[in-house]
Amino acid sequence: MAEIPEHLLKRAQQARERAEAQKGGGAAAPDPSGAQPASGGGEASPSGPKIPPHLLDRSKSARQQTAAGGAAPAAAVATAPMPVGPVRPEPTGPGGGTQRLLTVVKSGSIQDVKATPTDKVHVWPHLLVVEFVAALLVTAFTLLFSIFVNAPLLELANFNETPNPSKAPWYFLGLQELLTMFHPMVAGVTIPGIALFLLILAPYVDRNPNKRPEDRKFAISLMTIHLMFWAVLVLIGSFFRGPGFNFVFPWVDGLFFEL
Amino acid sequence: MAKQPRPPANVRAKRAVSTMMSDVQGSQAWSSIFRPGSIFRKGYSDSPRNRSYVIMNSVLYHLHPVKVKRHAVKVSYTLCLGGLSFFLFILLTVTGIFLMFFYRPTAAQAWDDIYTLQTSVAFGLLVRNMHRWAAHLMVIAVFLHMARVFYHGAYKPPREFNWVIGVILLTLTLLLSFTGYLLPWDQLALWAVTVGTNMMGFTPVFGDQVRFVLLGSVEIGTDTLLRWYVLHVLMLPFVIVIFMAIHFWRVRKDGGISGPL
Repeated sequence: MAEIPEHLLKRAQQARERAEAQKGGGAAAPDPSGAQPASGGGEASPSGPKIPPHLLDRSKSARQQTAAGGAAPAAAVATAPMPVGPVRPEPTGPGGGTQRLLTVVKSGSIQDVKATPTDKVHVWPHLLVVEFVAALLVTAFTLLFSIFVNAPLLELANFNETPNPSKAPWYFLGLQELLTMFHPMVAGVTIPGIALFLLILAPYVDRNPNKRPEDRKFAISLMTIHLMFWAVLVLIGSFFRGPGFNFVFPWVDGLFFEL
Repeated sequence: MAKQPRPPANVRAKRAVSTMMSDVQGSQAWSSIFRPGSIFRKGYSDSPRNRSYVIMNSVLYHLHPVKVKRHAVKVSYTLCLGGLSFFLFILLTVTGIFLMFFYRPTAAQAWDDIYTLQTSVAFGLLVRNMHRWAAHLMVIAVFLHMARVFYHGAYKPPREFNWVIGVILLTLTLLLSFTGYLLPWDQLALWAVTVGTNMMGFTPVFGDQVRFVLLGSVEIGTDTLLRWYVLHVLMLPFVIVIFMAIHFWRVRKDGGISGPL
């Protein structure tokens, strides 16, 4: 019952009061809200003649039926999915017409409440300009970097001469680093496979609907540990591994790293 | 009857240009190129309607809606990482096509072709450098994009599946970079790929088969080079473009970019 807005309850209540006043305190309709209808005292609207007699008869008989039903209808109404007060047609509207509360439609059942107004801006120029400038900056950076730093091209591939150390591309150096600790199947297949699998599952495992960082400390900690795990391994593999893939300090033995 | 004085030359030139412009813009060819409502039909003056038309009546409509949430245009929210990953992919495609003109994927020719490209082709060295550095940048950009999305909780419903697509895109990016690594056919390429494929050879049960499929042989050789070349320039780009299309489409269908927090 609580879903029926206050003003609608009030309006229904007033309508009933007026109806009672007009009928001279006839049988009252059961009150859905449980409040006692006030004794007749409102202004009686002289609207009788405007209502066709057969409708008046119908409403009268309906009211008698409800009255005979006693408290049962009220209970039924209280548990009904659509809480409609048993307001009967009364010639009580403004100007003497029939006005009644047909139903209370909760907002959201018809209106799309998802469509709350949001603050939006035009993609052109606001977003496209940002994207254009970002693309331009990256192009400029790549161009300048390429002018001053050459991509490596070592001597022709030679199967008979294994460079020491032999290193994978930098993004796989974390895996190569794991290779020093685990069996190749664990380091090269199992661990990255599990990491990738868990990454894919993340949205289905993390059921926490909150997005604010302070509400998801565990998820953020776990991901940070995960990212740091790979970052540290890649850094060690890139800069701290020398001949024989032994641990070296780059400031002592120099850099063994090619991009 | 007084004859009108002839307008000065600059006025006449201006009129001639504007007549020509309106002739061109009124021609059938012009209006066949630009759809009704395109700003290239009527010209652009800044108004809310024209701002919408820029997107709505151009191919950009495939990528962007007419309007986005205000916080979505803040650089501090996305750091442009997703867009830059895509842009780097385009940059890599352009520079990569240039490189393809000068490269043959056989063990006998590959290294020489790269060397010749660097020494005797105009801008050859520069373009190869750009391709190399942009590739590393793209790996970093995609990785950072993933971290950004995670820390914003942007993988949460309704965006779970787009996160999955994103992880696939990350994997494809790494594979693209790795397949490109072999192509110069120098000592760096050969031994880096040897280390990488040896690891994949330890796949349980199918290890040898996986390695054979990857190498096209039991040893790295000219077959491997051809195989990885086709993967690098054709197959993986084709696959990644499909996943990118789904990725971008889902961004919009899932209600635009996430947030604000």
